[in-house]
Amino acid sequence: MAAGRSLDLDDVIGDLRTRVVVCCGSGGVGKTTTAAALGLRAAEQGRQVVVLTIDPARRLAQSMGLDALDNTPRRVKGADESAGGSLDAMMLDMKRTFDEVVFAHSTPERAQAIMDNPFYQSLSSSFSGTQEYMAMEKLGQLRAEDRWDLIVVDTPPSRSALDFLDAPKRLGSFLDGRFIRILMGGAGKGGRAYLKVLGTGLGVVTGALTRVLGAQVLKDLQAFIAALDTMFGGFRERADATYQLLKTSGTAFVVVAAPERDALREASYFVERLGTEGMPLAGLVLNRVHTTGAKTLSAARATAGAETLAEQGGHPLAAGVLRLHAERMRIIEREQSLRGRFTAAHPRVPVVDVPAQPGDVHDLAGLRTVGAALAGG
Amino acid sequence: MASDSGARESDWEGVRLHVVTGKGGTGKTTVAAALAIALSGEGRRTLLVEVEGRQGIAQLFDSPPLPYEERTVAVGPGGGEVVALAVDPEEALLEYLDMFYKLGRAGRALRKIGAIDFATTIAPGMRDVLITGKVYEAVRRRKAGRSGAHVYDAVVLDAPPTGRIARFLGVNAEVAGLAKVGPVRGQADAIMGLLTSPMTAVHVVTLLEEMPVQETADAVAELAAAGLPVGGIIVNAVREPLLKVADLTAAAKGRLPRAEVADGLAAAGVSVRDGAIDGLLAEVAEHAERVALEKAQRRTLKGLARPTYELPLLSEGVDLGALYELAERLCAQGAA
Repeated sequence: MAAGRSLDLDDVIGDLRTRVVVCCGSGGVGKTTTAAALGLRAAEQGRQVVVLTIDPARRLAQSMGLDALDNTPRRVKGADESAGGSLDAMMLDMKRTFDEVVFAHSTPERAQAIMDNPFYQSLSSSFSGTQEYMAMEKLGQLRAEDRWDLIVVDTPPSRSALDFLDAPKRLGSFLDGRFIRILMGGAGKGGRAYLKVLGTGLGVVTGALTRVLGAQVLKDLQAFIAALDTMFGGFRERADATYQLLKTSGTAFVVVAAPERDALREASYFVERLGTEGMPLAGLVLNRVHTTGAKTLSAARATAGAETLAEQGGHPLAAGVLRLHAERMRIIEREQSLRGRFTAAHPRVPVVDVPAQPGDVHDLAGLRTVGAALAGG
Repeated sequence: MASDSGARESDWEGVRLHVVTGKGGTGKTTVAAALAIALSGEGRRTLLVEVEGRQGIAQLFDSPPLPYEERTVAVGPGGGEVVALAVDPEEALLEYLDMFYKLGRAGRALRKIGAIDFATTIAPGMRDVLITGKVYEAVRRRKAGRSGAHVYDAVVLDAPPTGRIARFLGVNAEVAGLAKVGPVRGQADAIMGLLTSPMTAVHVVTLLEEMPVQETADAVAELAAAGLPVGGIIVNAVREPLLKVADLTAAAKGRLPRAEVADGLAAAGVSVRDGAIDGLLAEVAEHAERVALEKAQRRTLKGLARPTYELPLLSEGVDLGALYELAERLCAQGAA
């Protein structure tokens, strides 16, 4: 059944040189479960692991002792530590992470000024996109702490799986952007000279901004950017460093998908993008793949059998069993054809299938089952 | 479908903006497209708006990638029309600036200095402001001339997933908090006015699985708390019951009569090996477990006390024909 190369994630987590595993993919494909299962398996094989999750399902979070949102790693109880490993897990609190960065990189008065600015309040708590920056920031912090020999990261459920990769670059372009320079040096020499080159008067630009935003908003925005100015340099350097870290051989990207058209298309984009960026890809995890213990009985034959029974008017149970099997075989055929398309387009990307479970995974036993499947069964 | 359209009144008379959200992977785009078709009966025009840059609508309707332009993608049942639009935030911002501020040269200057890029990429909340602004404009747009009728009878928004929906729709309240006065404040207030009015309904798509149902319950609570009108709940990919309750109970306990199944297979002329019979029985046991879990999820959904619609699982996947089938189901249940 398995076309293409097969992936064994034990090779990845069992290699002590692997220090960071990043699970990425579109929303709803089981990224968090995959990250948690890999973390648990690595810990039970003897590694010191921390799992950084972004937005876990409630019961999965509870099973890992993550019901408290305190933005620091906590030990997961119930993991088998007999091999000398351990499992910590944490859930990202983006506002708190942002606050910590602000306080760590500015004087108390300046930090307070930033906290009080309405732009900071909305940027740090409600505007989407901040999550990606903060996930990257937290990954850098965890790596710098050096308490763990393996960090497993679950990427944010963003509009596009690529947002995570783009975050540091976007931050860079934000800081180098002309707009910031003009807002910053608006009254100063740099900004004016720059506008002169463009052949536009400063008054025209600030006038336009004032008309659109209102004078008070512009003032708040300028104050916010001025206050962030000193701090952002350090933030950006670390985001760049984290981005570089992701490119090293100590990192393994695991692309997660479900056997559905949209999820696999997103996975294809991601695989291609990782290649372009020179990021180390371990392979594709195909979650929730349907399987059967009666693969010799095709959908067509099962349907024909059910029809025969319906005509005869007997054996309703067997007829139901046959129809159920026919439905499953059709799903399997569709999934295999989608999988085949992916492996044809990306023949060098190893793939591992995780069989569909009837219910959701929300305890360590369930994570172990998924973990075993991730290692090829 | 035409024969059905008069069969049942829509539960959403008076709603002009249908916002469709759902957890990732629940089929939110498919449901939004089916709803747009369902709303396009008898000479009605519906605008289907996509906001996440995925080109999911083009894929569904088998059309080339959509530019930032309103294009007819399908003919509705009974002669209606489905128009689609993929919103591009940068273009939307320029259009917005031009329309509301007549900025001319200053607008171009803003683009030159990177303010447009800044606004649409670095401050992602701005994207949400622009997208909701564009949707607001489309909902209110009227034809030129005396009739002054609305250009679109309904607008369906394929919105961000449940995790982001309240934030997305509430972004203008956030903006109103930043801008105490001025034109931005006025615009933000007008958009929030539409989104919180009875002209809007936020529908949530779910599967009969624990996580999507939990997120649906969370989203319903969050939307209600934000004063946003919660619409219906659309349960997608529902499997038809293929076995009797008694058989399912027996299967769940592992007590399905193996001999009876084997006899039935023989009577059907289906010859399989013993191992395959075990495989079939295992499939039934899994199915029974799933049905039991689904029952629990249905109870949770019922507790939300919202109009609920069901769409069947299409084991062959979704193509254009399937969209019409789903649209018909939505009409028959009163969702459109």
